[in-house]
Amino acid sequence: MSLATRTATARSRTRRLRVPAIWLLLLAIFLIAWLLVSLFGRGDFASASNVNNIVERATALGIVAIGQTFAILVASIDLSVAYLISVTAVMASFIMQGDPAKVPLAILVVAAIGAGVGLINGLLVTKARINPLIATLGVGLILRGLLNASFQNFTGSVPASFQFLAYGRIGPVPVPVIIFGGLALFASVLLARTRFGAHVYAVGGNRNAARLSGIRDHRIIIGAHVITSLTAVVTGLYLASRLRSGAPWIGSDGVYDLESIAAVVVGGTVLSGGRGGVLGTVAGVLIFAVLDTMFNQLGVDSYLKQVLRGLIIITAVAIYAARSREVVG
Amino acid sequence: MAAATEAAIDRPDRDWRPHLAGIIRVLPVFIVLIGIIVWIAILNPRFIEPAQFLNFLRRSAPLIILAGGQLFVIVTGGFDLSQGSLVTLTVLVGALLAFGDPANTWWVILLLYGFGLLVGIFNGAVTSYLRVPSFITTLGMLLTLKGVALLATGGAPRGALPENFRAFGRAFIEDVPLVGRLPWAVLVLLVVGSLLVFLFHFTQLGKQALAVGDNQHAARLSGINVPLVRIAAFTVSSLCAVTAGIMLGGFSGVSLNVGDGLELEAISAVVLGGAALLGGRGNMPAALAGALTLQALFTLLNFLGLPSPIRVAVQGTIIIGAVGFAAWRAARSGQEREV
Repeated sequence: MSLATRTATARSRTRRLRVPAIWLLLLAIFLIAWLLVSLFGRGDFASASNVNNIVERATALGIVAIGQTFAILVASIDLSVAYLISVTAVMASFIMQGDPAKVPLAILVVAAIGAGVGLINGLLVTKARINPLIATLGVGLILRGLLNASFQNFTGSVPASFQFLAYGRIGPVPVPVIIFGGLALFASVLLARTRFGAHVYAVGGNRNAARLSGIRDHRIIIGAHVITSLTAVVTGLYLASRLRSGAPWIGSDGVYDLESIAAVVVGGTVLSGGRGGVLGTVAGVLIFAVLDTMFNQLGVDSYLKQVLRGLIIITAVAIYAARSREVVG
Repeated sequence: MAAATEAAIDRPDRDWRPHLAGIIRVLPVFIVLIGIIVWIAILNPRFIEPAQFLNFLRRSAPLIILAGGQLFVIVTGGFDLSQGSLVTLTVLVGALLAFGDPANTWWVILLLYGFGLLVGIFNGAVTSYLRVPSFITTLGMLLTLKGVALLATGGAPRGALPENFRAFGRAFIEDVPLVGRLPWAVLVLLVVGSLLVFLFHFTQLGKQALAVGDNQHAARLSGINVPLVRIAAFTVSSLCAVTAGIMLGGFSGVSLNVGDGLELEAISAVVLGGAALLGGRGNMPAALAGALTLQALFTLLNFLGLPSPIRVAVQGTIIIGAVGFAAWRAARSGQEREV
């Protein structure tokens, strides 16, 4: 290997791990929020408890958004996550029925469901060559139909020990923060440092070129979809733990499908695939959470909040697009 | 097959197969539609009586119009996810402004169309000039419009739609020869549907929209004003959404979630009608028939006595099946493009 290629490889490695500019935006928004809340709102925005609060608020969306990043990086998308979250929460609490001994069984079952859904999504996109938007929308509708036909309300309950997932602390750090941070770290190492990660970028950047250079593109895309579905399962388990029981509407009420996509794109991953990363997504999710918390502490009307959120998504992506030369549809 | 080939060799000037192939390419959605309608008619023979069938068309009209607008955006290579929220806003704000007074109807409708025009121009301009993917632009618009509608009404339906406003969705013209009572909605559907077919197949705009979706660089180089075409496509879509909102307001009254999920149903309908999701291909009658097929399917599942959650699951299976079939057919005919 010549010196030139070695430095080029090193540079591309560091580029993927480099802190994206979005984190500066997050910092700026946090400071503005701090200022506004200090001037017009109640409480200390930068206090440790409030920062914890922001991160906890981001956890549910953040975990599934990490998974969504994988689907979007391979130039696919996953609209089925919201209903998979509902299915997971309901099934987990239905199987557990408040019995701590059944927790492992419940986790095993929902993980299997998640892996199965991811596999189906991936097969539909690759082998059946169905547009990912339609394939995952269809799978989401099927999950929603089956779920609503079987369950109408809160079903079963999770044992107190399982609530450690949402309310526990290890030292001063809440467990959700550890899970969110751990998954983010794991996912970014997976993308930046492993062969699978390199192949994800290759397939997303140019699928034909990747296939011609010997990458099994179908396996990579299916793998990305399985990862996306498994993160939806983790979010579902977290929500079941937090709400103490699962209800069929928690996934769709949280709009986790569209919001996770918005967070990924605001975090700088391009919808056409091949560029971006998990660290950007985490920043995108945190920006949403900071703004949410700020609006709450300023007492902004909840409908106005929704309007502002819509405009912020468009503005953030417009700022990104202005910096790149990509032409998009 | 061999006999047909020989016949074609004998009389090459009368080879009908390309024409037949052309027809078959468009036909599947119509075949499925007729199949479903026949099935419903077997279960309930009264369904194909004029009165019942016109009523079915009346219920389908909003979705058909939405699908027509959505097709314009989809052939340019985009999506319009804001349609459903615009329907909700039309109904809620329409009721708030008109407040049950028939004298207000006309200026309220004009105002709503004006607002729809602005939404379409905004969607198109942000997508073209700021280069935000339309999926994100219209997703942001979905949240914004729903928020604006709820903000304006304070989170609960206020005011009421006057009777002459609601007429578009639920009034009838009595004593029409042959059919009896003719719903206004079916008339509106005929007018808007013809307009959409004309715009799409017989004007520059339709051709240019297809060209932009197929290859926007080639389209620009051949002198097409790409941003203008995009803006026009989104504007058509938004105006269709306002129209659908006016009809739904008359049909089902004022509620907060009247438009929820309609954008996905419209996209499903367009896909059933065989349009390519990444642009460049589409057929207006097929897209309109796709919407009618989806609505007929809901009706059929209803007649079969399936609970409504199962209907949703079947809808999911159908759209996967339809797109999978189209992909399989494209792959078999050697075209390496996704549909």
